[in-house]
Amino acid sequence: MSIQAGTKGWSKAFVAALVDPSSPVPKGVTGGRAQVDPLRFAVYRNNVHVGLVEALRKAFPVVERVVGTTFFAAMARAYVGWHKPASPVLLTYGERFPEFISDFAPAARLPYLSDLALLECNWLQSYHAADAPALAMSELANLDELSLAHASLVRHPAARTVNSRYAVGSIWHAQKAGRTGKIDAGKPEVILITRPDAKVEVTVIPRQDARFASCVLAGSTLAAAALKAADAGAAFDFGIALTGLVRKGAFTSIANGGETS
Amino acid sequence: MTRFDVLPDRAGLGLKAEHYSDIVEAWPDVGFFEVHAENYMGDGGPPHRYLETISARYPLSLHGVGLSIGGEGPIDNAHLGRLRGLIERYRPASFSEHLAWSTHDSAYLNDLLPLPYTELTLARVCAHIDQVQDTLGIRMLLENPSTYVLFAESTIEETEFLTRIAEQTGCGLLLDVNNVMVSTVNHRLDPFAYIERFPHGLVGEIHLAGYDETLDSAEDRLLIDAHGSVVKPDVFDLFRFTLEKSGPKPVLVEWDNNVPPFAELYDEAKRVDAAIDAFRSSQDVAAQ
Repeated sequence: MSIQAGTKGWSKAFVAALVDPSSPVPKGVTGGRAQVDPLRFAVYRNNVHVGLVEALRKAFPVVERVVGTTFFAAMARAYVGWHKPASPVLLTYGERFPEFISDFAPAARLPYLSDLALLECNWLQSYHAADAPALAMSELANLDELSLAHASLVRHPAARTVNSRYAVGSIWHAQKAGRTGKIDAGKPEVILITRPDAKVEVTVIPRQDARFASCVLAGSTLAAAALKAADAGAAFDFGIALTGLVRKGAFTSIANGGETS
Repeated sequence: MTRFDVLPDRAGLGLKAEHYSDIVEAWPDVGFFEVHAENYMGDGGPPHRYLETISARYPLSLHGVGLSIGGEGPIDNAHLGRLRGLIERYRPASFSEHLAWSTHDSAYLNDLLPLPYTELTLARVCAHIDQVQDTLGIRMLLENPSTYVLFAESTIEETEFLTRIAEQTGCGLLLDVNNVMVSTVNHRLDPFAYIERFPHGLVGEIHLAGYDETLDSAEDRLLIDAHGSVVKPDVFDLFRFTLEKSGPKPVLVEWDNNVPPFAELYDEAKRVDAAIDAFRSSQDVAAQ
């Protein structure tokens, strides 16, 4: 008899009853008394939910602060019902939470909530991303003007941007600092997330630099990015914008300094 | 890179991210630290940075929660590969997993689920452990589960099931004393008799933790393996009884939920060390 034959099926029945709260205790499941109390089987159902809701609470502390613990727990439980993890590595379990929130009707009065969750997803990715030394300003200073123009920069593994129609970077900072007061949530923001050392940093990119930052982080040469940024607004200053990104640890190296690609 | 080859026979603590800075500032006198392997499966960042630093100063125990060794399906090779990467990187003194399952049709259910104890499930668990030990190149420890239900089709008692697995695969055992209390109370069995039956010569590590308690519809006690409080007095008594049977072992205090300030967790380690010292003194007196 093969190992796979015989008792095949006990786990299937167990899982079916586990994920469906209305289903009875599966056949053949017993306890210390002749009749097993459904409450005992329910411990397993509860553990699955509580563990996954807790994983989401840890990943989305600012979303939880905005909506409150009760609302968050209900929203997280609904997510757990909609989407089970595919892997025992729960670090990425919340990656579809922003998508879920955008369709979660009870959260519709907070249209920015999905992007705030997206910011926290990126924060967590940055926290767990590979380590690498960040590009120093001195390395750029060695390039002549022409080389600098043709250079593109290699994004640091922990660097991310979130492009939002809402002011979710400002909201994130206010919540983290426990600041109250009005924020115009409807103001679009580009947010840079970096981990220059051990600490993840969240930076709202000045409006005039947002286009430049997005282009450079997407791999454009500095000259091409600067041209696009200059189109977007007169307040753009190449030196200030570039220094800001480099100082935040957004890059690891110069990709093609001095060479045209 | 050789680190610590064995866990010492004294108290160790679960390493929580909340306590990283407390530990690297004070270097507390703790026998070893244990981490959940799945929490270190990211590419880099602060978790690995702290674990590198801490595992250079303390013996490390790597404890998996997601391998689903007791499952009907095959072992997930991708997950096994991630474990191998961690073992190669950190060279832990010990690797342990659970007699339980958590994955079904590629969905991860995030709990340690129970299995029937039959000749068929025994053969499957042994095949899984052979595969794990061959791939990881390490002798693993298998932990007794906390359970809330039983299976009518089970034909083998749990301590016998674990003993036979260890004999067939060469793996060691991890005796979780809190799990013994949770399961035996839940199934109206005698926890002391369970400890007496356990093959202590195969035990490489002991776990202690706090349980939660409620009543079921029949008003029977229902204990839940919660890892969210101090070790309860009856579990500590059962641990002292275990020491008399097994002698000193590496003893981990687990506290994974409602994580307290580090000082409170450290007090639990000191309480365990004091119990081990008291046991050693009593042996010395008896030997005189």
